Amino acid sequence: MTQIVELLLLLVTLTNFVVLGTTRLSTCIRAVAVQGVLLGLLPLALYPGGSLHTWGLAAGTILVKGVVLPRFLRWAIREAAVRREVEPRLGYVASLLLGVAAVAAAFAISRQLPVLEQAREMLVPVALATVIIGLLVLTTRSKALVQVVGYIMLENGVYLFGLIHVERVPFLVEVGVLLDVFVAVFIMGIVVFHISREFDSLDTTRLTELTD
Amino acid sequence: MTWTALLALAVVVGMAPLIPGIAAKTKARLAGRRGAPVLQLYRDLARLWGKGVVYSRVTTWVFRMGPVVAVATAALAACLLPLDGRRALITFSGDFVAFASLLALGRFALVLAAWDTGSSFEGMGASREVTVASFAEPALFLAFVALVLATDSLSLGGALGGPLVQAWPAATPALAMVTASLFLVLLAEGARVPVDDPATHLELTMIHEVMVLDHSGPDLAMILLGHALKMTLFAALLIGAILPRASLAPLPAIGVLVAGLIVVAVAVGVVESVMARLRLTHVPQFLTAASALAALGVILLLVA
Repeated sequence: MTQIVELLLLLVTLTNFVVLGTTRLSTCIRAVAVQGVLLGLLPLALYPGGSLHTWGLAAGTILVKGVVLPRFLRWAIREAAVRREVEPRLGYVASLLLGVAAVAAAFAISRQLPVLEQAREMLVPVALATVIIGLLVLTTRSKALVQVVGYIMLENGVYLFGLIHVERVPFLVEVGVLLDVFVAVFIMGIVVFHISREFDSLDTTRLTELTD
Repeated sequence: MTWTALLALAVVVGMAPLIPGIAAKTKARLAGRRGAPVLQLYRDLARLWGKGVVYSRVTTWVFRMGPVVAVATAALAACLLPLDGRRALITFSGDFVAFASLLALGRFALVLAAWDTGSSFEGMGASREVTVASFAEPALFLAFVALVLATDSLSLGGALGGPLVQAWPAATPALAMVTASLFLVLLAEGARVPVDDPATHLELTMIHEVMVLDHSGPDLAMILLGHALKMTLFAALLIGAILPRASLAPLPAIGVLVAGLIVVAVAVGVVESVMARLRLTHVPQFLTAASALAALGVILLLVA
């Protein structure tokens, strides 16, 4: 079972890199959707023969992060009629290199952390790396929609941390967090929509200009 | 037994012109064309070998040296790979550095020869070739570092031989990333589609091909052979990493190598059919992704 867990975590890391390296908005969204599905499968692989709790968590995660949110983001692209490129403020090569540095740092740091049984040794570093890379996307992409993708990745990292103690966290809390993310992304989507209608662009750098 | 190593070397060198042929045939078939015969490159080589050479008056001995060095370094690099799965003809500690440097030396000679013509097109091609190489080499070295870490062996004979067989079950994810990275490096070093297009014949878009425009006759034959051999070596390296054959008997090991080379050639053809060539500005990004994959493999192996 640890083999499958490692494989899933590896794929999560790779989807992070896809988001960092791709030039296309739709690939970004697809990658984050795949990541959502992978995150949904993780509790099942971590706690085989799991309880209703893990099944509920898996189903909820796949539904919200793998289907609803990506679909919503795609709707936002279509409605706001934004251009298809990512338009990063930091180049792709630099982003990829920073991503590798983030993964290396995450593995180095998580060795120092005084947690964790052996079986989950990859879970913490991948969670940390996902958080850092999500933050990187959030800060270095100028397009609001990609920033939303970065936010989702950031949240995915937090969710991965939560999986360490999935048996001890009440189901309602998890569902509440999922709902929070859903609402947050929903609001962001509406804001994005209005930004693009107001300014004919989703470039957030232009929000600093004052106009009447 | 060194005769198996010699036999494997002979098979690989003999098969080298077949590899681009298979890739081209796959591409043609997937596009619904009949395509050139698989053995076309052998015929081209024979035809070119029988021709005379034309040298421009501005060229010097550097221009004549290029093709010879290119084919010689590729052949020497082939001796460093454990082609029969157990031992290479030449093996010493740290020989993977020699492998990479020999191929780099061959490229250096070709670049000098291209400059020697004084043609601006060739200079441009050479500059692009070097740009691509400078991004492909870190990926190759990171992949080597990962293989060395996985096997605790500082020579290619060990890193692609017996120790690798034992390393696979323990480090599957890391080694899978390394092999993916090696495949991307193969596409770049072989001047295949997402990086370069072997089918294009417009000087402004070619990379590798434009560099050798002024060569003719046996010189061109040597360049074509050296290039096919280099691509075959990277394919053999990839197969060595995916399927370490140390546990097989020598002859089946060579058979697996031949089958693997054909599969890799078909895979290259499929990639060429489904992908468009990347814009030149996106090539560094593609190869950085290859380096990132290998670097992740290294990180995973360091942690484990």
